Formats: sequence, structure tokens, C-alpha cells
Amino acid sequence: MEVKARKSLFVCGVVLLLILSLALAGCSSAPGQGEKVTGDAGEGGQQDPGKGSRSGAVMIQIKGSDSEVNLVQKLAEEFMAENPQVQIAVTGGGSGVGIAAIIDGTIDIANSSRPMKNEEIEKARANGIDPVPVRFAVDGIAVIVNEKNPVGTLSVEEIGAIYRGEIKNWSAVGGANAKINLFGRQSNSGTYVFFMESVLKGDYSPEMRNMGGNADIVEAVKSDVTGIGYVAIGYTKEGDSIRPGLKVLNVSQEKGKPGVTPVELSNITSGAYPITRPLYQFVAGQPQGALRDFVLFELSEKGQEIVLGQGFYPLSDADREFNKNSLK
Amino acid sequence: MNIKENSIKMIFLASGLLSIFILLGIFYLLFSNSFPALRDVGIKSFFSRGYWNPTAYSVPQYSILNIIKGTFMVGTGSLLFAVPLGVACAAYLAEVASPREREIFKPIIEILAGIPSVVLGFFGLVVVAPLLSSVFGLPNGINALNGSILVGIMALPTVVSLAEDAVSAVPQEYRHASLALGATRWQTLKNVTIPAAFSGVLAASLLGMGRAIGETMTVLMVTGNALAAPSSFMDSVRTLSANIAIEMGEVPMGSLHFHSLFVVGLVLFIITFIINLLADIIFDRYRKGVSM
Repeated sequence: MEVKARKSLFVCGVVLLLILSLALAGCSSAPGQGEKVTGDAGEGGQQDPGKGSRSGAVMIQIKGSDSEVNLVQKLAEEFMAENPQVQIAVTGGGSGVGIAAIIDGTIDIANSSRPMKNEEIEKARANGIDPVPVRFAVDGIAVIVNEKNPVGTLSVEEIGAIYRGEIKNWSAVGGANAKINLFGRQSNSGTYVFFMESVLKGDYSPEMRNMGGNADIVEAVKSDVTGIGYVAIGYTKEGDSIRPGLKVLNVSQEKGKPGVTPVELSNITSGAYPITRPLYQFVAGQPQGALRDFVLFELSEKGQEIVLGQGFYPLSDADREFNKNSLK
Repeated sequence: MNIKENSIKMIFLASGLLSIFILLGIFYLLFSNSFPALRDVGIKSFFSRGYWNPTAYSVPQYSILNIIKGTFMVGTGSLLFAVPLGVACAAYLAEVASPREREIFKPIIEILAGIPSVVLGFFGLVVVAPLLSSVFGLPNGINALNGSILVGIMALPTVVSLAEDAVSAVPQEYRHASLALGATRWQTLKNVTIPAAFSGVLAASLLGMGRAIGETMTVLMVTGNALAAPSSFMDSVRTLSANIAIEMGEVPMGSLHFHSLFVVGLVLFIITFIINLLADIIFDRYRKGVSM
């Protein structure tokens, strides 16, 4: 009996050691290994979309910006209708998520509503991926309030002060005497970063509610009379008109100057509306084959018509020049 | 025969050990990944004044005090909702309901536990939020109270089934004695059975809270996730788990932000660990107490 007990103790000791050593090996080398694994995935996981896989179908993986996801989905559908051998999967998650995925090499195109930071580009290069930036549409960021809010125009500086938490009451900007409820995005959003860097030029008020996407902000502002939000222009429209319950503010460059609405195409292309940005895609390396066809389709006249139809704006000459320099 | 019996014994022992090692492995992973942040930022800055803002425009901040406060608000708030309801429900199931009724009610309550949290979150946004804003006259219902109610609903099945066990475990003699002294069934339930089951009910509540504190998706969807210190249940809060879920997707691996999220995870792990341990200890004492 005693011998048996000792034997079983021995065996379980061995099992124990085995598991322990496995666990330790897994843990201690985690950081270094993690990087290597993601690098490998970059080369293996990309599937060379240009050359096509064995079955003849080409798979393109696109991920990132919530502001861009509907637009790119529409572009992809139109492209797939013309090129049935190509399959394009478009998912959202936020610009930061797309950029993290292209650094890790798990996708072909990252949608991002902000440029990649230098450190992000370096990280991607360290993994053997050279991200090629393409501007494929222009977006005005609409500042929205509830339909019942009397305020119709705000200056860029006022919007910044409101989101920094310096202006807390609507009465300070010509509205009713009520506390301003801030709605914004989460830090994985390109819109969040763009708005912070070009409008706030400072930190968001910690009282801002961090919503998951553009649609969440639209819903929140529709039901909150004292709310304010910022969304990609495409999300304010339902067909050709502004969504019921919502008001898109006119924005002026400086306080006292007349406000400009982002809803008119001419205000965006002329640069009169102050909060506009190009929408980016980052391709993993110079696009080849079907991937290149898709990018060129987006930039074509037909692609730009779809962009306009989805509530965004076509590229300016400067944007086209930018693309010429980056696409070889 | 002997070998067979031994090897089967071994297999069971190994499975038991494996789960312990998975736990230890997770703990080790959490700790080793949070270490760089604890070293570079310092434990102090995680627990000092300010708020969580690692992606700040100017100076990054790492304080998680507001987030811990938000987590406990949603946790305790959900208990205020789930415990009275859960205990009443358990008392009904254990004492009042006929076996037939119990057979119908119990599975239905257990279905509650099976509702996907994202569905519940959607329910919170579309139904509970407008309801709260009209009942309390608020501009919106995206706040800690909303999260508490929904998580309370999620914790309900846990509280009901454990509290029912506790109430059923009260020895029949107690009830008989009480009834023999002329007490009504309600008096017996109120003054004898539930007090006797008290520590079991307490443990059930604590386990419910452990569940509530770790809950992510529902809370993420309905509490607004603001970083400021909440002053009431009508304010927007961010919880530890929601904070990790929001930011983990975008951080570059190996960055300071990445490691500081592991610190948040470590804190969450410690909190739920302590709560579950307390619940276990209380439950254990209660069992021994009853059997004596």
C-alpha cells in the first residue's frame, strides 16, 4: 500500500514538473515569441491576394475604421459584382484595430481615418510589411446636436472648449441653461484621435461618454436634448436628408464668422468647412493583381460616385497627387 | 486490475492538477505582463489622483481609482437589485411553491443565465435607457444605474439557485419547532428559515457580485464609459473589464499601454478572487453550522 502511494506520488510529481516547465517556457519567452509569431503570420497569412489561392478565388481581408466600414463594404460589393472571382471581407473595430492588424500582418488593407504614426510604420516594417497609404475619400466630421437644441452654429474654438470640458453649459454658447452632455468615441477610433488633434488640441474632458461607434453617438444625441456628438458625415444622413431628430451644426472657422454646413458638397471641396479629413487605406505592400484592381476601382470615377452616394466626398486634386506618389 | 485502477486514479489527479496549473499560469502571465508597467509607471500612479488616459494629448495618466469606483458601483448596485429579488424568489421556490410549480419556474429562471450579454446590452440601450431617462427626468439613461439593473438581471440566476440551496438546507426541525409554537408560515419563513440561511444567502450574494464585477459586454454598452469620477448612479461610469475590452484591441503589443492594461486585469483578478474566496469561506462555515 505504501509503495503504491509513493509510486503515485512520483508519477504525479513528474506530471507536475512537466506542466510547470511547459507553462514557464510559454510565459518567459512570451514577448519575443509573440513578435516573431506575428511576423510569420504576416508572410504566411497574407495569401498573396494578387496571385490568387489554389481554388482560383482571391480573398481580400480589410479591417479597421468604423467611419469607413459601410463605405468600403459598399465599394467591395460593387467590385465583387464585376469581379466574381474576388472575395472581399470588410470588418470594423476602429482605425486603431485595423492598424494593429496590419502591423501583425493578418490583413491586406487597413482602413484608417487617421494617418499611421511613425512608430506604427516602423513596427510594421520590423515585421516585414511596408504599409502603402491611399486616400480614397474625403470626410467632413459633422458636429451634431438634438433637433430641439436652439444652437445652430459653433466655432471650432467653441467646440474644442466644449469637449475639453471648459464650456459646460449650453447657455455659454447661446443655448438653453442646461449642462452639456458630451458624446465621443473610444480611443481605438481614428475619429477620436483626429478630433482630439485637430479640434481639441488638448485632452478630452473625462466626463465625455465614450461610445462604441458613430451609430451609437447618433442614437444617443437623437434622444438627448442636451447632448453633442461628432460623427463621420455619412452617418448623419438617411438617403438624401438628415436623419430625423438630429441637427448638423454649422461650424465657423472663428467665433463671429458665418458658419458653414458640411452637408453641402461645395463647402467640403472648397475647404470652407473647417473639419475635414482624407480617409485612408493602408495596403500591406505595393498592391498587385486583384488587390491593385480593387484600389484602382475605389479611385476610379465609378468608385468616387459610390463614395458620394454613401454620403462622403470625392478626392481633391491634392489627394490624387498624394496617391500618385505612393502607388507605384 | 491494480494497474488499471492506479492509472485511472492518475488521470483524475492530473486533471485536477491541470486546472490548478492553468490558474497559476494565468496568474503568472498577468503578473509578468503587468510588471513592466508597474516598474516604469510605478504602482503609485495607478492609485493616485487623476484619471485613466494613457493615450492623452499631453501627459498620459494611469490612475484607475475612478474605474475601480465605477466597478464597485455597478457591482453593489446590481446586488441591491438582485439580492432582494433573488432571495424572495428562492424563498418562494424552496418554501411556498409546489413541486410542480418549482419544476416550471426553476428552468425558466435558469434560461436567464443563458441570455447572451450582448443581447442584454442591446436591451439596455433600447429599453432601459429611455425608461430611466423618463422616470428620473434625465437627459439620457446611459449611466451606472442602467448597468446595475442589467447586471443584476444577469446575477439573478446565480443568487436564486444558491440562495434556494441555502434555504432548503435549513433543517426541518427548525420549521417544525416554529410552527408548533403557533407561528404562521410567513412568520416562520421571515423569523426562522431565512435568518438561519443568512450566511448561505450572503455567500450567494457575494458569488453574484463576483459574477457582476467581471461582466463586460453589457456594462460596456450601457454605462457610457466616461473616465471622470462618478458621484452618483446617474453618472456615466467605466468598469475595469470594460476598460480592458475597449482598449486591448488597439494597443501595440509590448507598449507601456499594453502592459498597463494587464495591471488593470491583475487588479480585476485580485478583486474577484477575494470576493469568491470570501463567499467560499462563508459557505463552508454555513454548511458546517447547519449540519451540526
